[in-house]
Amino acid sequence: MTITVPQQSTPAAPSLQPTGWLRYLSFSVDHKVIGLQYLVCGFAFYLIGGALAGAIRTELLSPVSDFMPRDVYNQVLTLHGTVMIFLWIVPVVNGAFGNYLIPFYVGARDMAYPRLNAVAFWLIPPAGLMLISSYFITGAAQSGWTAYPPLSITTPATGQIIWILSVLLLGGSSIFGGINFIATILKLRRPGLKLMELPMYCWAMLGTSILVVLSTPVLAGTLIMLSFDIVAHTGFFNPGLGGNVVVYQHLFWFYSHPAVYIMVLPAFGLVSEILPVHCRKPLFGYTTMVYSIMAIVVLGLVVWAHHMFTSGTPPWMRLFFTIATAFIAVPTGIKFFNWLATLWGGRISLNSAVLFSCGFIVNFVLGGITGVALAQVPFDVHVHDTYFVVAHFHYIVYGGSVFVIFASIYHWYPKVTGRMLNEHLGRLHFLLTFIGFNLCFAPQHWLGLNGMPRRVAEYDPQFALVNQFSSVGALLMAVSTLPFLWNVIASGFYGAPAGDNPWKALTPEWLTSSPPPVENWHGDPPLVRHPYGYGIPADEIDLKSASGSDLWRGGQ
Amino acid sequence: MTSLTPQEQLLTDTDHHGSGHEDHRMFGLATFLVADAMTFAGFFAAYLTFKAVNPLMPGAVYELELPLPILNTVLLLVSSATFHRAGVNLRRGRNDRCRHWLLLTASMGLAFLASQMVEYFTLPFGLTDNLFASTFYALTGFHGLHVTLGALMILIVWWQCRTPAGRINASNHFPLEAAELYWHFVDGIWVILFVILYLI
Repeated sequence: MTITVPQQSTPAAPSLQPTGWLRYLSFSVDHKVIGLQYLVCGFAFYLIGGALAGAIRTELLSPVSDFMPRDVYNQVLTLHGTVMIFLWIVPVVNGAFGNYLIPFYVGARDMAYPRLNAVAFWLIPPAGLMLISSYFITGAAQSGWTAYPPLSITTPATGQIIWILSVLLLGGSSIFGGINFIATILKLRRPGLKLMELPMYCWAMLGTSILVVLSTPVLAGTLIMLSFDIVAHTGFFNPGLGGNVVVYQHLFWFYSHPAVYIMVLPAFGLVSEILPVHCRKPLFGYTTMVYSIMAIVVLGLVVWAHHMFTSGTPPWMRLFFTIATAFIAVPTGIKFFNWLATLWGGRISLNSAVLFSCGFIVNFVLGGITGVALAQVPFDVHVHDTYFVVAHFHYIVYGGSVFVIFASIYHWYPKVTGRMLNEHLGRLHFLLTFIGFNLCFAPQHWLGLNGMPRRVAEYDPQFALVNQFSSVGALLMAVSTLPFLWNVIASGFYGAPAGDNPWKALTPEWLTSSPPPVENWHGDPPLVRHPYGYGIPADEIDLKSASGSDLWRGGQ
Repeated sequence: MTSLTPQEQLLTDTDHHGSGHEDHRMFGLATFLVADAMTFAGFFAAYLTFKAVNPLMPGAVYELELPLPILNTVLLLVSSATFHRAGVNLRRGRNDRCRHWLLLTASMGLAFLASQMVEYFTLPFGLTDNLFASTFYALTGFHGLHVTLGALMILIVWWQCRTPAGRINASNHFPLEAAELYWHFVDGIWVILFVILYLI
C-alpha cells in the first residue's frame, strides 16, 4: 500500500482541518486523533462520575440521610452508574484504545470508515452533556442505570426521557464504532497478515464488536418502548395496563450482560498486549486465548437471566442460566492461567503498566469468584440487591477495566506523546488506587452478606463503621487521581523523550515514530507476523523493517 | 515516494478511502443491517413473550384482518424484483429504463405506506388500548419508518441517475445497490413480521 500522491505539483492546499491542538476539537477523521478524543472526553466524564461516587460515599458515612435529600441521592447514583458505564468505560476501552491501536495492528493507515468514526465520537459529548445537564434543569432520572419499570415509569418523566435519549445516542455511537472495528479487522488487514497472527487486542475487539452489534440494538428497541410507556402511556411494561415488567428485564439484560463483556473483553486484550512486552516472553497460549474470547462472546449472549433469579423466573430457566454462567468461568480461567504463564519465568520489569496489570489480575480473580458465586441461585437469592452485588460489580469494572485503562495509559503514553511518564508518580498512583479500591469495595462484600441493601441513602446503624471504612477507601481513590493527573499533564511538557520504542516492543505501533505520523508509517506498513516474538531467534522474525530487526537484536 | 506535509496527507486522506482501494461500504451496510435486524428481533421477542404469558385484559379488543396485509406483502415482494431490474439496467448504462423501474419501485413502497395507513384507521383499536395493540403499532410503525426511509432513498437515487453522466451511473452504482440491499432487508423483515403478527 502506498500513498497516492497527486501528479501535479500541489498548490498551497486549502485548510480543511486544523493541524495543531485544535484538531482535537475538530471533526477529524484521523483514527489517532479520534482515539485521543475518546480518551480525554472519557476521562473528563470519569472525573464527573468520580465526584458523584464521592457524593454517594459521603452520604453513606452516616446511617441517616443527612448530606442530600433521598431523591437527589437517587439521581446521583443513577448518574454515577450511567456516566461510568456509558461515558467512561465503554467509550475508553473500545473507542479510545481501539481507534488508536487497531489500524496499527492490522497494518492500515486508518479505520475502514473514517467519517463514520468521527460521527461515532461526536455523538458522545452532546449525549453526556445532555445527561449531566438534566440534573440541573429538571432533575435527573432516579431509577438507577437499569431503569427498571415500573420505577422508571413512576419517577419524574422528564429526567427519565433525557436519560433514555442520552443512552440511545451513546448506543448509536457504540454500534457505529462496532461496525467500524469489525470492518477494519476483517477487511483492512495488510496483505500477507493472517488472522491468527494478529495481536490479541484485535481478537478482543472483534469479539467485543460482535457483541456490540448484536446486543446494543435490542437495548435501543427496549428503551424506545419504555419511552412510549412514559410519554404515550402505552402499557408495554406497565402491569397496571396489562403489561409485563419481566419482559423489560429480559430485553435489558440481553444487552446489559454482554455489556459487561463489552467493558471487560477489550481490557483482556490490552493486558495481553502489555504483559509480554514487559516480561520479555511470548504471550502464552495464543490459540487458546483466541478461542476463549470467542467462547466468551457466544456464552455471553446466553446468560442474561442470571440477573433475574428473583424475578419469578421458572426453575428450568434458573437451571439453564446457572449452568451457562458457570461455563463462562472456563474460558475466563484459561485466559487467567495464560497471563500467569506469560509472567512465569519472565524478566519482568515491575513498572507502573505491569503493576496495574497485575492489580487487574488480582482484582478480577476476586470479582470473577464472586461472579460465579452470584450465578448460583440459592446464594443469589440471599444477596440479590445487596451491597454484595455492588462489590462484585466494582471488582469487575473498576478492579478489572479501569485498572487496565490506567495500565494502558502508562504503556502507550510514550507512543502517543513521545515522552515518558514519571515512574515514581506512577507507582504512587498504583499504590493509592490499589489500597483505596480494596478498602472501598472489599468491606462491601461483608455488608451485602449481612443484608445491607444497595441503592439506599439510609441504612441500619450496625453497618456504620464498615461503611466508613469504605468511604475512606473512596477518598483514597479520589486522592490517587491527583498524582496521575499531574503526571500525564506535566510529562507532556517536561517528560524525558521516549524515542520510538522505549519498551523494545514488537507490536506494529512501536515500529513507527513517536508520536506516529498522520498516516501511521513513513513508508509501507511493516508485516509483523510474530507480534509476541520475544525469545524467538532474530532471523526467524520477518519484520521487513530494519527498525524491527535492530530492535530485536538489541532488545532481548 | 514524495513526502507530504501532514496538511497534504490529511487532504489526500479521504481520497484513499474513495478510490484506488477495495470498497468496504457494502460490508459496513450489511453489518449495520445485522444490528437493525436485532432491533426487530427484540420487538419480536417482546411480542411473542407477551403473547405467551400475558392474557388479553377483559374488554380489550385485538383482532386483525388479512386482506390488506396480504396486498402489502405482495406489493413489497414485487417491488424487490422491480428494484433488481433497475440495478441491472443501470449497470448496462440504460439510465432511462433504470429510472422507470425505480419509479415503479418507489410507488409500490408508497402504496404500501398508504395501505398501511388505511389499515391503521380501520382497525378497531388504538395505540394505547391494550398491550397487543401497542406492540402491533410499535412493530408495524417501526417497519413503516424503514419503508419511508427506503422510499426516500429510492427517490434520491432516481433523481441522481437522471443522465448517464449523473452522480449515480454505470460505473458508480454503489448508492443504488446500497438502497437495494436495504430495500430487500426491509422486505424480508416484513415477511417475518407478517407471519408473526398476522398468521400466528
